[in-house]
Amino acid sequence: MHDSSGAPKNPAAAGVLVSAKALDVALPDMAAKPVFGRAPLIRIINGIDLDIARGSVLGIVGGSGSGKSTLGRALLRLIEPAAGTIEFDGLDITRLGEDALRPVRRRMQMIFQDPMSSLNPRRRVGAIIADPMQMHGFDRIDGRIDDALDHVGLPRGFRSRYPHELSGGQRQRVGIARAIALEPEFILADEIVSGLDVSSQAQVLNVLAGLVGELGLTLAFISHDLSVIRRICDQVMVLQRGSIVEYGDVDRVFDAPQAAYTRELLDAIPLPDPQQANW
Amino acid sequence: MLDGRGTVRRPLGARLWLSGCWLGIMALLALFAPLISPHDPLAQDLFAGRLPPFWVRGSDPAFLLGTDSLGRDVLTRLIHGARIAFAVALIAGLATAFVGSVLGLLAGYMRGWVDVLISRLVEIWMAFPPVLFAILLIAVLGTGLTSIIIAIVVIDWTRFCRVVRAEAMNQSAMDYVSSAIVAGRPRRDILWREILPNVLPTIVVLLTLEMGIAVIVEAILSFVNLSISTDAPTWGGMIAEGRTSIHQAWWVLAFPLGVLFLTVLSFSQFGEGLKDRFDPVLR
Amino acid sequence: MSAFLTVGNLSAVLRGNRQRVLRSVSFSIDTGEVLGLVGESGAGKSMIGKAILGILPSAIEIIEGEIVLDGQDLQTMLPADRRRLIGATAALIPQDPLTALNPSRRIEPQITNRLVDILGWSKADARVRALELLNEVHIDNPERVMASYPHELSGGMRQRVLIASAFAANPKLVVADEPTTALDVTVQKQILRLIRDLQQRHATAMVFVTHDLGVVSKVCQRLSVLYGGKFVENASVPDFFAGPTHAYSRALLAATPKYTDPDASLVPVDEAVIEAVAAEVAAADEEWRHAR
Repeated sequence: MHDSSGAPKNPAAAGVLVSAKALDVALPDMAAKPVFGRAPLIRIINGIDLDIARGSVLGIVGGSGSGKSTLGRALLRLIEPAAGTIEFDGLDITRLGEDALRPVRRRMQMIFQDPMSSLNPRRRVGAIIADPMQMHGFDRIDGRIDDALDHVGLPRGFRSRYPHELSGGQRQRVGIARAIALEPEFILADEIVSGLDVSSQAQVLNVLAGLVGELGLTLAFISHDLSVIRRICDQVMVLQRGSIVEYGDVDRVFDAPQAAYTRELLDAIPLPDPQQANW
Repeated sequence: MLDGRGTVRRPLGARLWLSGCWLGIMALLALFAPLISPHDPLAQDLFAGRLPPFWVRGSDPAFLLGTDSLGRDVLTRLIHGARIAFAVALIAGLATAFVGSVLGLLAGYMRGWVDVLISRLVEIWMAFPPVLFAILLIAVLGTGLTSIIIAIVVIDWTRFCRVVRAEAMNQSAMDYVSSAIVAGRPRRDILWREILPNVLPTIVVLLTLEMGIAVIVEAILSFVNLSISTDAPTWGGMIAEGRTSIHQAWWVLAFPLGVLFLTVLSFSQFGEGLKDRFDPVLR
Repeated sequence: MSAFLTVGNLSAVLRGNRQRVLRSVSFSIDTGEVLGLVGESGAGKSMIGKAILGILPSAIEIIEGEIVLDGQDLQTMLPADRRRLIGATAALIPQDPLTALNPSRRIEPQITNRLVDILGWSKADARVRALELLNEVHIDNPERVMASYPHELSGGMRQRVLIASAFAANPKLVVADEPTTALDVTVQKQILRLIRDLQQRHATAMVFVTHDLGVVSKVCQRLSVLYGGKFVENASVPDFFAGPTHAYSRALLAATPKYTDPDASLVPVDEAVIEAVAAEVAAADEEWRHAR
């Protein structure tokens, strides 16, 4: 479909596709809700600035409670930001209404952590992939379903299966197929390999990395696993309690981490090596 | 290879078949009652009163299951009673399911003030004692089949509403709903296309339970003479009559009671069986 | 001395279809030794731990083999005796710190119950021991934690409580079933160190069930790799990480993420390798059926 050779790596040259300025997200704290009136808000993410260049892959990493999933969902307007702006391809989408947002929705897709809950259990794989395309008025949908399945390396016969008949890795590839079928420019991948066995983990990552090159996709890749981040990302953002502690090129962050928290995260990863230092 | 996924087959539920057969037979009897039944349900013959069923000495082969104290054929009245029972079950059950499910879906999916409004209404509604509520309604509406059906819907929609609301809330939190939003599907569409199919199995099971309840409610109201005219052949009315002559003619009570029991049981088992058999997630 | 725990030729089947889910598993563990059981989901690794502790789900039935704990064969014992022996000598560190603690009871009785009920300690002694243990797992304010409910503690804190409770009765054998899978990496490191320290200090024999080869390399001396309920490789940890001998283990190691070497890690497992190991398991099944 697209030419992969021209996928630029330099943000300045390629232009920014997704950007956020001073983004805050706050959610109501139901535990502290008074009997009458509204629950107080807790800040989940604080003043995040980010730019994702067209064709590049940004890794977002942090522990549980770091706000990484909230940030991702706010970028797609699945969660309403409390303050700040989100731009997609130069268009401010922070306050766009549902109808105005719809054409943009096709261009920004998401792959979810739990493929079991993100695929409607009562629909077949073919319908799951076809549905968003029908809604956006795509033509020759049948052929496109086959293309999408080919892209993620699943047999075309899987169209007639239900999600629960597939293995975890296969389900996750259906999730990828559904996302790329709409020919989006931007994909948010939220912890998409954390529930998988190592063998399918590697396979799903390979499929995704291949598609990024082949289709010229821009990707935000959320993970708690730094090893996985290094494998497929160009840039990485380390989050702690909703704030950025480090943000830069992957090799720079891994080889010369500046923040103490980044070093702590890296040190804590148990490498498959009995001689690893600091253990 | 070593993975058993998809190869595990559930046994073809015996309860689905048994309950389905019973309900099927009852439905056919109800449908063709005037053609099948051997006698007129209202025809009295005081000389043939309290005839026992066919296997007891002193029976008349023309009255297979015997006659009541007014000489009316028990079998005929059972068949005609099925007619009324099934009409109530079907109409009241579906109407209750519809009203309750729509409100429950809206409350569970839209949340906010819609949810507050509907939930408060349900809470207030459920504070009324249901039997008194029913009698009060019949007193206002007057007796008759329509009144019974209206009374059942008015009282029982809360049963659907509560369960469907909780289930819709569960399903709304699933990522396939987020993924439909990401795909750009309008919110109202998501309710019907994504959430409803996943709540439907719950609704079907509740519906069959509700049909059983409707049959019982109709029988109770007939029993206390608040249903249709007193000599009309209803199972509840037959039970009420049979009760007075239990020592002289047990069959007048036993047959409608047995049929009522089996029918209500079959409704609930049929729902469970359907869910086991046809829900792709469980299968 | 002879091994503290010996499992010999253990096979288990699913009651429904009589398929073998544990396939002639044999291993032994000495006092003070940690054996890692590694495999992907469905490999049967947790099932071995459960079989040892006598907590297999009712759908699974042991059909042959022996489990010898401290010189006594569990399979030939009366169920009540077996429970008593396991209760007095073995303990479990479970995977999910959230569901493993009863949400409606305070922490204190959840640690001390076993000491009081099974070992017949006095309540006061059990309380002293519980406080001592919470200190040992580096909980700063043990009095307060003992009076808390599980939902008032963080995930790492709950896992510490569970570890304390596992080591409370000075068990000679601990089965750790994916004890850090639900935790953040930084917390995982603390918890793994804690388990290792306690295990070394008390010279506990330990079965460590995990899917993570990185974790194995940190806490175990030996490991066994499982596929389809069968051991495909047994090795010492240094030997294994220097170069696994079985093709499946090699593929598993190559698929494990390793941020220091991004090009040589996360290699997808070749279909042919999976087919070969599945064939190997099937062949072993065939042989086993013949022998019976």
